[in-house]
Amino acid sequence: MTRIGVVVFPGSNCDRDTLRGVELAGGEAVELWHEAGSLDGGAGVILPGGFAYGDYLRAGVIARFSPVMRAVAAFAAEGGLVLGICNGFQVLAEAGLVPGALLRNRGLRFLGRDVRIAPERLDTPFTRLIGARRPLRMPIAHGEGCYFADDATLDALERDGQVLFRYVRSDGGSTAETGDPANPNGSLRAIAGVMNDRGNVAGLMPHPERAGEAILGSDDGLPILRSFVEAAAQAERPDGRADLAAAAVR
Amino acid sequence: MTVGELEPQAAPTAATAVPLHRALGLTDDELDAIRDRLGRDPNELELAMFGVMWSEHCSYKSSKPLLKTLPTRGEGVVAGPGETAGVISIGDGLAVAFKIESHNHPSAVEPNQGAAPGVGGILRDIFTMGARPVAVLDARRFGDPAEPRTRHLVDGVVRGVGGYGNCVGVPTVGGELVFDSSYGGNPLVNVMAIGLLEQRFLTRAAAPGPGNLAVLFGSATGRAGIGGASVLASATFADDDPSKRPSVQVGDPFAEKLLIEASLELIERGLVEGLQDLGAAGITCATSETADRAGTGIEIDLEAVPRREPDMEPFEVMVSESQERMLAIVRPERYADVAAVCERWGLPCAVIGRVTADGDVTVREGGRELARIPAAALTSDAIVHHRLAAPPERRRLAPAPGAPVVASDQLPERGMDPGAVLLALLGSPNLASRRAVYEQYDSTVQASTVAGPGRGAAVIRVRGTSKALVAATDANAPVGAVDPWLGAALSVAEATRNVAITGARPLGVTNCLNFGDPTRPEAFWLLSEAVRGLGDACRALGLPVTGGNVSLYNESPLGAILPTPEIGVVGLLDDVATLVGPAFRAEGDAILLVGEAAPGLAGSEYARVAGLAPEDGPPALDLERERALQAFVREAARRRLLASAQDVSGGGFAVALAEAAIWGGRGVHVRLAVVSSPAVDLFGESPSRLVISARPHDVPHLSALAAEHEIPIEVIGTVGGDRLLVDLAGAGATGAAEERGSRVADSIDVPVADLRHAWEQGLPRALGWSQEA
Repeated sequence: MTRIGVVVFPGSNCDRDTLRGVELAGGEAVELWHEAGSLDGGAGVILPGGFAYGDYLRAGVIARFSPVMRAVAAFAAEGGLVLGICNGFQVLAEAGLVPGALLRNRGLRFLGRDVRIAPERLDTPFTRLIGARRPLRMPIAHGEGCYFADDATLDALERDGQVLFRYVRSDGGSTAETGDPANPNGSLRAIAGVMNDRGNVAGLMPHPERAGEAILGSDDGLPILRSFVEAAAQAERPDGRADLAAAAVR
Repeated sequence: MTVGELEPQAAPTAATAVPLHRALGLTDDELDAIRDRLGRDPNELELAMFGVMWSEHCSYKSSKPLLKTLPTRGEGVVAGPGETAGVISIGDGLAVAFKIESHNHPSAVEPNQGAAPGVGGILRDIFTMGARPVAVLDARRFGDPAEPRTRHLVDGVVRGVGGYGNCVGVPTVGGELVFDSSYGGNPLVNVMAIGLLEQRFLTRAAAPGPGNLAVLFGSATGRAGIGGASVLASATFADDDPSKRPSVQVGDPFAEKLLIEASLELIERGLVEGLQDLGAAGITCATSETADRAGTGIEIDLEAVPRREPDMEPFEVMVSESQERMLAIVRPERYADVAAVCERWGLPCAVIGRVTADGDVTVREGGRELARIPAAALTSDAIVHHRLAAPPERRRLAPAPGAPVVASDQLPERGMDPGAVLLALLGSPNLASRRAVYEQYDSTVQASTVAGPGRGAAVIRVRGTSKALVAATDANAPVGAVDPWLGAALSVAEATRNVAITGARPLGVTNCLNFGDPTRPEAFWLLSEAVRGLGDACRALGLPVTGGNVSLYNESPLGAILPTPEIGVVGLLDDVATLVGPAFRAEGDAILLVGEAAPGLAGSEYARVAGLAPEDGPPALDLERERALQAFVREAARRRLLASAQDVSGGGFAVALAEAAIWGGRGVHVRLAVVSSPAVDLFGESPSRLVISARPHDVPHLSALAAEHEIPIEVIGTVGGDRLLVDLAGAGATGAAEERGSRVADSIDVPVADLRHAWEQGLPRALGWSQEA
């Protein structure tokens, strides 16, 4: 079974949910303590949600300096698969491993509610098993989730296919522009998730690990985690990683 | 050196007119009682320790004789009152721990920082027992929402509770938000926490085994929240010394999160003999309670206590309420492992003393003994007051069932437009959607929330089983103000009914009694009647009271609050797949009304929105009928006869029907036979009633089942369309229409979209919050 590491920072609070989510998606989940210097042989790494180190200063700003993040950065540089969810996305953005920044929500309040998102492309390690399912319904729970980058960067992200998910209205068809209630935090160009230019590191604000079972109201998050586990399994095979990166970059 | 040989400490300065014990909140009689227990005069440090431990908050000195009358035994109860939280077995080797607690006064002083530690404190009560906190419900009561001060408090408390709860990773799944002008000067912030544990990890807050170590871990001790004892500072240090000033405790949710993980790891690895959190009265409370529960003593050395600031006085260390601290009782050979766990989680940890066999709490500083008090004198043998209770001269009682309606000159029971009233009620501050508030909380972390806030009871699945926990809080304060027995009994009835209509079996009750000054006989009568109502209702429904909290002196210059018996209930649903929700589900389903309306509009939201106090009493409660109703609905759910079940409470039948329609996104057409009067039948809040829906072919089975339970049931209409249509029929139905000379009764006919709009906009409008995304 494919080993997926889930980083545990002090203050992570979605680590247990993410470990179980990986198991639901068919992977073998292992905890990676924040002081760990290596990734324990994981074929992929997930940074879970929470308030790493308390996040009193700014979300993710301290976590990026933790020992495990050095190992994550090295892993990413080698083409290893990394996914950041919520606070994990904030940490990746602070560390410069994905483009852009997460600002305070437009309404300046913490928001916990279900949102709808739609994938921009289905040929990535994070979206390959989503199929025709959309919109995807899953919860958000954050105070700093407003995606921001300058116009040139946003243009480049769109041109290069690095926008992974956007907030959409419940009909699924129309993008939720800034100011639309369906875009809960005022993210520019309704961006809910992005990936790096190499296509092996991605972050999103909504919580797929909280939408993995019908009893919880939605299992739309499961295909995202299953995509990740399957892609990580492929990356484990000889030359798999090179194939993967080639597939991901347009 | 023993205490008897202690050098006399500096006496209160001559400039201080008030004797020290009074400054610490102790009466002259209480000082005598302390002398009796010690056989000598207490020194200043001892007096400070008694001052905090004999406070109402820690000692329950006024309420203890009342609380003793409550039923505490029940099926599966593992821990009840006297323990840190109630614990009830749910099978599969698992148990649920739950408790509700108040954090009222700090929230009034500083809403954000004041409310947050309320969450931290109640969570610690849960994980101290070895349970992982899985849910929080918060019940808040504020003054008039139009008042700027109320808006400031609401915003601060919501941010405080949210900021803390969101960070520690425990979902906020329910609770209440109620506005009444009586809370204007004294808001109520009651927080209920629920945890799950493997029963083999159940840990007691006790200090067994003389020779074991007393280990303090978590945050360092500072001058935070030095309560009554702060007065000692001004007595001893007459000069104005800012560094001695008291402060509201400040919560650190990040530290709390680490504390949760470290404590559960210590328990699951079997490294601690006992564990207690430090809350009110700090080290004094934790040492004396753990020792008293185990029949041992504890000796501590103040020099070993890690401090946040230098030059703290002994009493400051002993009564500090610095948050996020735990006291563990540890075998000496296991200390190294305990210290390693704490270090891994980045928490300071220190051996501050040891368990003794002498039954005393002994405080040393280096070699010097500063205080020695029998642990029992501070806790189980603390003073008890038998207060005087006096009923008010004039009382309004519930009308007898079937009694004729007392016509009210003021309250329109006839001749109103029921559709307009319904819209007004749905948009009123106490009945409108709470979404604007609960969206500021994380309700889905832990990935187990089956039903979160907003629609009756919260449902949390128990991972690894087919089971779910179902929880609700409720307090009927307006009725309690008229009839405190009834108010408390109704609170129990409604909270348990909310749990039962999902199909779950209520397991137990926790309570937070928010009342006024117990030394006023009328206020104490309200409390004693409420406790009697609580006990009667729990006995009738076969439920144990497993613990809770009493908050007295809830009075401000604006007056006393409405007596508010906040009830928390946890139930168990054996198979989460049988869960019944409140929303209408399918076109063509039959709608049935279960139970029947009783007269009485006092205490209703209808009366509140009309701004009137009706002369008749609140509607009566028949506890036997309530028990039968809950048994009926649970059995109906188990047999899968229900498409939906919604209880009739605030706003009455019409609001219950409208909510089920709004949540289901479906219209309804019903015909209601008016038994009493249009206002009572539509908007009265008489208890033990449900609005249910079912597939047409299940209706005969439901009727038969209701007959078995001797519960009135009537098919009143069907689900369908996009409007809410209620035709009124019967003798009392002809209101305004009658006056117009029409023989046709007035009816309600409103698009469900309009009802939804009124319901969704009500709260943001009442609070003046802009419509955010």
